[in-house]
Amino acid sequence: METILTVNHLTKKFGYLTAVNDLSFTIEKGNVYGILGPNGSGKSTTLGIILNVVNRTSGEFSWFDGTTSTHQALKKVGAIIERPNFYPYMTAIQNLKLVCKIKEVPETKIQEKLELVGLWDRRNSKFKTYSLGMKQRLAIASALLNDPEILILDEPTNGLDPQGIHQIREIIKTIAGQGTTILLASHLLDEVEKVCSHVVILRKGVNLYSGPVDSMLASHGFFELRTNNMEQLISLLEKNASFGKLENFNGTLTAYLKEEMDAETLNKMLFEKGIVLSHLVKRKESLEEQFLTLTNNN
Amino acid sequence: MLRLLQIEFIKLWNNRASKVLIISYFVLLTSIALVAAIKFDIGPVQFHLADQGIFNFPYIWHFNSFVTALFKLFLAIVIVSMMSNEYSNKTIKQNLIDGLSKKEFILSKVLTVVSFAAISTVFVFVVSMILGLAYSDYNEISIIFSDLGFLVAFFFKLVAFFAFCLFLGILVKRSAFALGFLIIWTILEQLAFGLMGWKMMSWDAAKKVKSLFPLESMSNMIKEPFSRLSAVQTIGDQIGENLRFDYHTYWYEYLIVIFWTALFIYLSYALLKKRDL
Repeated sequence: METILTVNHLTKKFGYLTAVNDLSFTIEKGNVYGILGPNGSGKSTTLGIILNVVNRTSGEFSWFDGTTSTHQALKKVGAIIERPNFYPYMTAIQNLKLVCKIKEVPETKIQEKLELVGLWDRRNSKFKTYSLGMKQRLAIASALLNDPEILILDEPTNGLDPQGIHQIREIIKTIAGQGTTILLASHLLDEVEKVCSHVVILRKGVNLYSGPVDSMLASHGFFELRTNNMEQLISLLEKNASFGKLENFNGTLTAYLKEEMDAETLNKMLFEKGIVLSHLVKRKESLEEQFLTLTNNN
Repeated sequence: MLRLLQIEFIKLWNNRASKVLIISYFVLLTSIALVAAIKFDIGPVQFHLADQGIFNFPYIWHFNSFVTALFKLFLAIVIVSMMSNEYSNKTIKQNLIDGLSKKEFILSKVLTVVSFAAISTVFVFVVSMILGLAYSDYNEISIIFSDLGFLVAFFFKLVAFFAFCLFLGILVKRSAFALGFLIIWTILEQLAFGLMGWKMMSWDAAKKVKSLFPLESMSNMIKEPFSRLSAVQTIGDQIGENLRFDYHTYWYEYLIVIFWTALFIYLSYALLKKRDL
């Protein structure tokens, strides 16, 4: 696997507030990463440090193979942080031309990228006349101008209306589909769940977890069961060593697994014991549930 | 280097306010030629400014570089706002994220400022040359090209002043406050001079200390040219006052100004480097 970014024991202090505390993780090429964390957990600060706009207190990070300077590496990175920042008095085209100059790439990609985000028709309007959604889309176009190795997005759907959110998500999915590595910071979990394969979870600047989404919790999932014969079901499952906690809520029994078991096996076993199920679903905890478990327990 | 200048040019030239100010600055530089047209012809009193010798070589280099330097305030507004707008639009953050290093960012501003000063100098040279050739009483090559040192001083004076503006733009981050700060600074220098002369040392010593101050050292680069006019000299002789001052710029005066320029650029860079955006 090719490494894109390595972060080692990164710490940032603002006065006596520690925004990022001894954070380490790596980003590999081709994956879609989510950085999750409640507000104020140090997501934006971390991104600010690796993007050269916030000074680190200690620790280090390196881009790609670690031989290029940060600002040279950033020319191969596309990034959008919080609000889209452009020159308000310049048109979309003028702004993008400026970005091309800074990134030292030819201006030939401007049309392609503006079409991708659906702004080609408004290319000659000044930036200050754009709606927030359009501004955000222009920011994405600008971040893509150099066909980046990695795209970094910080709360890309913040403050947008449902349509805008949908548009941005579609764009992100398209880009992810092209094999671009993406690092997405968000506190909107469904957003991350829909596109990310890996997550880094932060709380108060501390790394709680980093790795694939699937193995976030050592959990085997749970069953949702319904039957006419609830008492018998409960007493049966209580005696079974595979099951842990049981919750009976509104006639639906939620049974958490302590070890791997598939739905077929359970159905067969219960049927043999004379219990007929009217409802059987095997589920894994959603990212939201896992996230809340992680951030609360620690 | 060219790339950095192009970047800055795109930012400035697409901003209408900056464009208007830059154009009016250069129009004003040219308009000094209009002084030649000042002519009173009221019966017995005939006065033609061009005949008073202000366009004589080499005096014209002194006069024009002194007068045109007053217009630098126009560019000061442009420079302060080109710096502070980067903060208020947060585009400085975006520039850095897009892959401009902090060094390159400062360098692009410094290069722009130096180009402004260089273009102004060339402008003053051309305008003065034309005016001089048209009105000067002396047209020998050796006289025309003497005292060109005033243009060198003009260039250094502008660079230093603009570097000060850049630094204020970065320090204060708001263009209006930065310009206010500039005015307050001017007053502070005079106030410090007054206090020193009054309470702490002799006026002569105070004057020497004052010439070390940034704005004062810049204005010392080109001393006032009016007392050199023959009319003024004549009046001075009549009232028994010696008005033959020393008008030349000395090496140590260059040194002071270059020191301030370097310091302001370094401080701008240090400030940008230290700050979290």
